[in-house]
Amino acid sequence: MPKYLTTALSQNRTDIMNQSFLVYFLLFSSIMFTSCDRQEVKQMPVGNTENVAAITSNTKMVKIPGGKYKPFYGSDTSMTTVTSFLIDVNPVTNGEFLEFVKTHPEWQRSNIKRLYADSNYLKDWISDTALPKDIKADAPVCNVSWYAAKAFAKAVGKRLPTLDEWEFVAMADETTDNARSKKSYSDHIIDQYLIKNRQFNQVRQSKANYWGVYNMFDLVWEWTDDFNSVLMTLESRGGDYSDNNLFCAGGATSATDILNYAAFMRFSMRAGLKANYTVANLGFRCAINMDSSALGFNK
Amino acid sequence: MKQSLFLLLLSLILFSCKQEKTNKELPSDSIFHLTSEWQNQKGDSLKLNDLRGKTLVVVMIYTSCKAACPLLVADMKKIEKKIKPNNLDKISLVLVSIDPETDTPQRLAEFAKTGGMSAPHWVFLRSNEASTQEFANVLSMKYKKISPIDFSHSNIISIFNTTGELIMQEEGTNIDVGKVAGKVNELVKNS
Repeated sequence: MPKYLTTALSQNRTDIMNQSFLVYFLLFSSIMFTSCDRQEVKQMPVGNTENVAAITSNTKMVKIPGGKYKPFYGSDTSMTTVTSFLIDVNPVTNGEFLEFVKTHPEWQRSNIKRLYADSNYLKDWISDTALPKDIKADAPVCNVSWYAAKAFAKAVGKRLPTLDEWEFVAMADETTDNARSKKSYSDHIIDQYLIKNRQFNQVRQSKANYWGVYNMFDLVWEWTDDFNSVLMTLESRGGDYSDNNLFCAGGATSATDILNYAAFMRFSMRAGLKANYTVANLGFRCAINMDSSALGFNK
Repeated sequence: MKQSLFLLLLSLILFSCKQEKTNKELPSDSIFHLTSEWQNQKGDSLKLNDLRGKTLVVVMIYTSCKAACPLLVADMKKIEKKIKPNNLDKISLVLVSIDPETDTPQRLAEFAKTGGMSAPHWVFLRSNEASTQEFANVLSMKYKKISPIDFSHSNIISIFNTTGELIMQEEGTNIDVGKVAGKVNELVKNS
């Protein structure tokens, strides 16, 4: 202990003063420590998609046998191979997502990091863990970001479908696995896309497609794992259209299936998304690999 | 005895204050919340949080790219030249691979060496596919593997401040490097 400090203290402070100082500093330092501790706790990684606790999904899945298909969009005209996989028969519902956030508080509205979702995340909910009365538990969840969708999928031991997987399933109508050549196919989808507030309806109330998959078009737009692989922007190969022209038919010139305006709308939608965006009629469903070790679900 | 206790407490308080500063709570939109694991060109494992405390200029590329990436790398070098020399130890120029399979630490190290990017402020990173995709989404970057060796991707240079908040993005192959470097110098000055 430096001598000048000892001298200063003993010269200028009485014993009583020293004691009161000690008490004061003890109190003060304990506050400092507490505040530091609290900040350290807060600094724990929140919204970690790596370590999510498991919950179970009761959503039925169906097997989609793989095959080759011609992607709807992009200058790449070659056939793309899709390997066999399982997909949820319906989009994830409000009720299921509610169970997820109850067990994963870091994904609750008041806790989620802005990095992972914009400020409209689950905006219709009345609290972190309660749905409003007028929202059906078995209607698809919307206003969820890509990160939140990924975290949910991980928590139930699944994943998001890839864009190719989703579009492969989307080729089917009620009777065939690939209805793209039918004139009615795209028109029918467009008709569904035009219905307002369709996201508030319950899942599985309409007819399933050829594979037994419901609600591909009639309720919500859906996130896919690699939604950000759609390059409908200036640097996209073979296109010179602007990313400001969403839903403008100009970009359809490089679609491989020019009659399929419904697919074009989906790709435009995806091109306009960022991973932390939440949209009032954008939800998701899950998929899983055929060889996945987590094949404990109803198939 | 009392005095020594007093001094002990005082030093503890000072120490705790210092701790408090380094553990300052991150902004909600900070990229340092990401928990993904990365490797740099030396093969060291790290998290993005390890880059904290410096102003970051970030770009995603792949080393076998013959098209836009060389332009982006050239832009990064131009930015480096326009950053005030005494600011260079307060920044990192970060090149993140979108092709982690090909871009091993060794390959990134060679790329850095042949490209004249061996100074300590150059950081090359690679991770697994999922973390790469997540990070691309943080940068709002679009990319697609179009063949076993080629990717189609958007060209974005992003600036993050010392706490990992996105400050500015410049997009395209004709980036205003003066504007980017100016912003970096300004951030360093104010940090």
